[in-house]
Amino acid sequence: MIKLSKEDFEKILKHAEKELPDEACGLIAGEKVGNDKIIKKVYLLTNIDHSNEHFSLDPKEQLAAIKDMRANGFVPLGNWHSHPESPSRPSEEDKRLAYDSTASYMILSLMDRENPVLNSFKIEGDTAEKEELVIE
Amino acid sequence: MTITVAGVKKEVKDDLTVAQLIIDENVETPMYVTVSINDEFIASGTFETTVLKDGDTVEFLYFMGGGC
Repeated sequence: MIKLSKEDFEKILKHAEKELPDEACGLIAGEKVGNDKIIKKVYLLTNIDHSNEHFSLDPKEQLAAIKDMRANGFVPLGNWHSHPESPSRPSEEDKRLAYDSTASYMILSLMDRENPVLNSFKIEGDTAEKEELVIE
Repeated sequence: MTITVAGVKKEVKDDLTVAQLIIDENVETPMYVTVSINDEFIASGTFETTVLKDGDTVEFLYFMGGGC
């Protein structure tokens, strides 16, 4: 199970909507309790691809986020990105570039602007498995 | 000499290159790794020739990206 606060969900959603039509992206960090992940902070990073079909995290911002995690005692839990026009599921490119099978890959679909959908996945090879996401 | 790798101080041999450090640290999928030394990113083509100095702070950043 991975837990995200409503406030952090809203933070991701607002940023993703602001970045439209481009994909938005960022990192998630927090703590691991047994098999559960508790997200304590979400990071909103620049998509240096500035594309509605691709994203790459800005390395400088990524470095700053990693240092912030360390300073706050958080561990990296994974990343998130938006799909402006497609469902909340990993694309073939998402799978190909998911090198860390322990990470959570969160995808926010804005395909239906009135009903955004956020899911979290674990990805290993070309297999993506949806994990239980609790937003409260 | 002493360097800091991902926030952890380590004793390493002198004249250690970034390429050798990547091997020593068992960095996974090195083709997707960006390296910073003292907050400056170095070009991936220079890993073999970049020699670390005492007191350097090294970070490995994994490329993160995807599509839709």
